[in-house]
Amino acid sequence: MVGIIGYGVYIPRYRIKTEKIAAVWGEDGEKLAKGLGVFEKSVPGPDEDVATISVEAARNAVKRAQIDPINIGAIYVGSESHPYAVKPTGTMVAEAIGCSPHMTCADLEFACKAGTAAIQVCMGLVKSKMIKIGLAIGSDTAQGRPGDALEYSAAAGGVAILVGNKKVIATIEHTSSFTTDTPDFWRREGQTFPSHGARFTGEPAYFRHVGEGARALLKKTNTTVDDYDYFVFHSPNGKFPVAMGRQLGVPKEKLEDSLVVRQIGNTYSGSAMMGLANVLDVAGPGSKIFMVAYGSGAGSDSFVIRVEDEIVERRGEVPTVQDYIERKTYVNYATYAKYRRKLKALG
Amino acid sequence: MAEKGVAQLWRKIKAIYTIQGDHCTTCDTYYFPPRVVCPQCRRKGQLEKYTFKGLGKIHTFAIVRQAPDTFKRQIPYIVAQVELDEGARLTAQIVNCDIEDVHIDMRVRSCFRKITEYGESGIIVYGYKFEPTMKVTGHE
Repeated sequence: MVGIIGYGVYIPRYRIKTEKIAAVWGEDGEKLAKGLGVFEKSVPGPDEDVATISVEAARNAVKRAQIDPINIGAIYVGSESHPYAVKPTGTMVAEAIGCSPHMTCADLEFACKAGTAAIQVCMGLVKSKMIKIGLAIGSDTAQGRPGDALEYSAAAGGVAILVGNKKVIATIEHTSSFTTDTPDFWRREGQTFPSHGARFTGEPAYFRHVGEGARALLKKTNTTVDDYDYFVFHSPNGKFPVAMGRQLGVPKEKLEDSLVVRQIGNTYSGSAMMGLANVLDVAGPGSKIFMVAYGSGAGSDSFVIRVEDEIVERRGEVPTVQDYIERKTYVNYATYAKYRRKLKALG
Repeated sequence: MAEKGVAQLWRKIKAIYTIQGDHCTTCDTYYFPPRVVCPQCRRKGQLEKYTFKGLGKIHTFAIVRQAPDTFKRQIPYIVAQVELDEGARLTAQIVNCDIEDVHIDMRVRSCFRKITEYGESGIIVYGYKFEPTMKVTGHE
């Protein structure tokens, strides 16, 4: 069956604490961090972007899967911060990891769920035997307007997932999606920062799409919350996935391992996939994972994943999510502003 | 607008993305950047393409405090000569490392980073830099 044959992550080294951002804008940092459920977020270095993050994650995935990259038949990079408006990030990834030119490649965008959309595309190509292995990447260096609520969570990181049907470490048993035209968050062409509908991003957007998506897949698979060991929901902050879990009746402990958002913020296209990677780092063979990714605009992709025995021998091949979370250096707001090019005078 | 330097960069992409050089099978020497002939064996040399593992140690280094405009955002930063495990030596920036922590013989691994940009609308140059190896399994 089609599934994950390897995965790898990358999180930049720099962090800024929520209270440091809050201090600049005259907010109560402690209260804000607790309310949002985001205590610090990752910040990309001045020479890091979606291409560099994607390459690092992809190299980790290839190393874990122990495959020859020339067997990769498709690369899809999902992001809303591709370095070029026109020139695919996937081409740089392919060259840097040593793929054959005889493969297909495209960049995807669907706010925070472009990475899981890439997984679905790869699943289709593998299932139809058009390719042997597909590489799906969700990666972002998320933008937040200075002083906007998003600035507290917009972070950087990436996850690469190799999809294939041989030596599968986690089988993707089912997937389904739920899509509508809901303008909760957007960025117009040429704009540096995104805009959003404030509270509108909650009930009619995130909660409706994640909730409907989850219920539809539970119904389709004739399962209940009790049939799963781990749940992963897209985490724009630490509050939304917990509230979603409560609505669906998910016990707190089944959600806990996916909540990396608390330490690294919202990695946008990498968000749900980062939660999944952290779960895959610890889940025992036979565990069942229920994941729902959400992308503004809006839609959700739901997955039922079963962890296979092979996962055990693939551990220790590459750094884990926790290894990257623990490798950190704090920066102040001035350095963060410099690295994120919020100081325009520097060019 | 046509841009100068695109073809020149494109020719180097393979070498600078993956640290691809040569190995002379006659004298068993590794070279980076790629050579046309083996400088030691000359016509007797047999060169074959070789992708370096990207692991090595710092041979020597300098801290840059006066940088060109495109690197100002990064000062102070480290530039080092890295001796790869295969024997070849190359010059590269060291990232993910504070200037007070860098030292000769520090174990490093290659990483993929943005090197420079040809202005706001020009191409972005990517390539290798090096970082200290993390003390976790699988980072070497």
